[in-house]
Amino acid sequence: MRFSRRCLLGLEDLTAEEIEEILETAVPCKEIIQREVKKLPTLRGWTVATLFYEPSTRTRNSFELAAKWLGADTVNVTIATSSVQKGENFIDTAKTIQALGADFIVLRHSMAGAPWLLARTVDCRVINAGDGAHEHPTQALLDLFTLKERFSSLAGLKVVIVGDIMHSRVAKSNIYGLLKLGATVRVTGPPSLIPPGIERLGVQVVNDLREAVQDADVINVLRIQLERQEKGLFPSLREYARLYGINREVLRIAPRDLVIMHPGPTNLGVEITEEAASDPRSVITTQVTNGVAVRMALLYLMSGGGKSGELLS
Amino acid sequence: MGTKRLVMDEDAIRRVLYRLSHEITEENKGVDGLMLVGIRTRGVPLAKRLAAMIKEQEKVELPVGILDITFYRDDLTLISPQPVVRSTEIPGRVTDRKIVLVDDVLYTGRTIRAALDALMDLGRPRAIKLAVLIDRGHRQLPIRADYVGKTITTSAGETVQVLLKETDGEDLIYIEEMSSPKMDPPPFPCAGEAEERGEE
Repeated sequence: MRFSRRCLLGLEDLTAEEIEEILETAVPCKEIIQREVKKLPTLRGWTVATLFYEPSTRTRNSFELAAKWLGADTVNVTIATSSVQKGENFIDTAKTIQALGADFIVLRHSMAGAPWLLARTVDCRVINAGDGAHEHPTQALLDLFTLKERFSSLAGLKVVIVGDIMHSRVAKSNIYGLLKLGATVRVTGPPSLIPPGIERLGVQVVNDLREAVQDADVINVLRIQLERQEKGLFPSLREYARLYGINREVLRIAPRDLVIMHPGPTNLGVEITEEAASDPRSVITTQVTNGVAVRMALLYLMSGGGKSGELLS
Repeated sequence: MGTKRLVMDEDAIRRVLYRLSHEITEENKGVDGLMLVGIRTRGVPLAKRLAAMIKEQEKVELPVGILDITFYRDDLTLISPQPVVRSTEIPGRVTDRKIVLVDDVLYTGRTIRAALDALMDLGRPRAIKLAVLIDRGHRQLPIRADYVGKTITTSAGETVQVLLKETDGEDLIYIEEMSSPKMDPPPFPCAGEAEERGEE
């Protein structure tokens, strides 16, 4: 089935074929962003609005560049400087952005499910750029793309996700995407941060990081959300770094060609040492570049059928 | 499907390409600074065949580029789902090069308009020429080819099918009458007929 969605809310409800189509479209997009002049006429006349209720550097800027390089105009609504400070509610803000002429709304919100509400409220195409602890589909897509660049097929690939699985939307979207493309996924982290019953998704839980990485192809290191430390979910950052931090010693145990990923921003010295983050096996900066390519692919594929989508079935 | 009329068989295609390869080298007085750029899909094998023939004549291997014009199509808002995009692969820079664009069928001219824009975004070629295997008329833009394999008369209700060994397993060109108009004919078929046949 060809990709013909107007909204990307999560990877949970995408088919493997749809994911593959996005990843394949990202290949020519990456060629574009390596050009001297990065500009296409494809989305001329389209407007992409980003609406971010949570801070972001990579995701928001990456969406903005993806839209601009495809020829679209962009408008960025950041909550700190918007009418939300005057008490405007989410739906009114969304309707205002639609009335301003946005064709796409890229939403980040602290509440899981906010993009669904948005998609029901406005006619714009909606992309989830992270909703609470639920999903962050474009991050997972860029991770998948980065792995496909390296391995060409994800079937049978052993991927370890380490860290705060419980609160991580990156982990969830990655799990959905990786499993659909045939990878095996192992999660590891402090038992208090592994959601009970996560095995039912089809992942394996290994409590010992060193055991988990022994035969891994890839390790995806999640950011430890420092704000959660106060909630007492793990005893101390120092202990976390000792047990689950990626450092020279862990990399010695892991296979020599292990690929190291991190969605950023990194807490150096906590979940990953500076040495490990800048190891030749780390693809952290490639992930950032690939994020623009994948988002261009998505904007392109979602713009089918004309602005009002009258040609969409 | 309706009746088919043969336009060219394998031998005819080979002879025509042979003539085109000579026209290209003759008019450019050699091959200095030349680059052949095939438009996806079937312009690419044609450009490669021309390069091979030119190599035989001139003992010089011309660079062959691949151009995907999907991002430059003018009918993207008129179709759904979005057409598949593939990579553009140009060996080296286009600036100051003499480029010969190669495509299978010249029809409305919209594919070539898109290809010109796509090339210009990569730099400033010294000149761009156009070589096509078939010119079937019905131009919607002021565009003409510099090297034409064969000019044929067609009606808008016909499609020109170009089959090439590299993409279709055989070399054959025929005109086919569309028994019934396609379900949703695009008002401005941008890509050539071969493109419309679909690669999926």
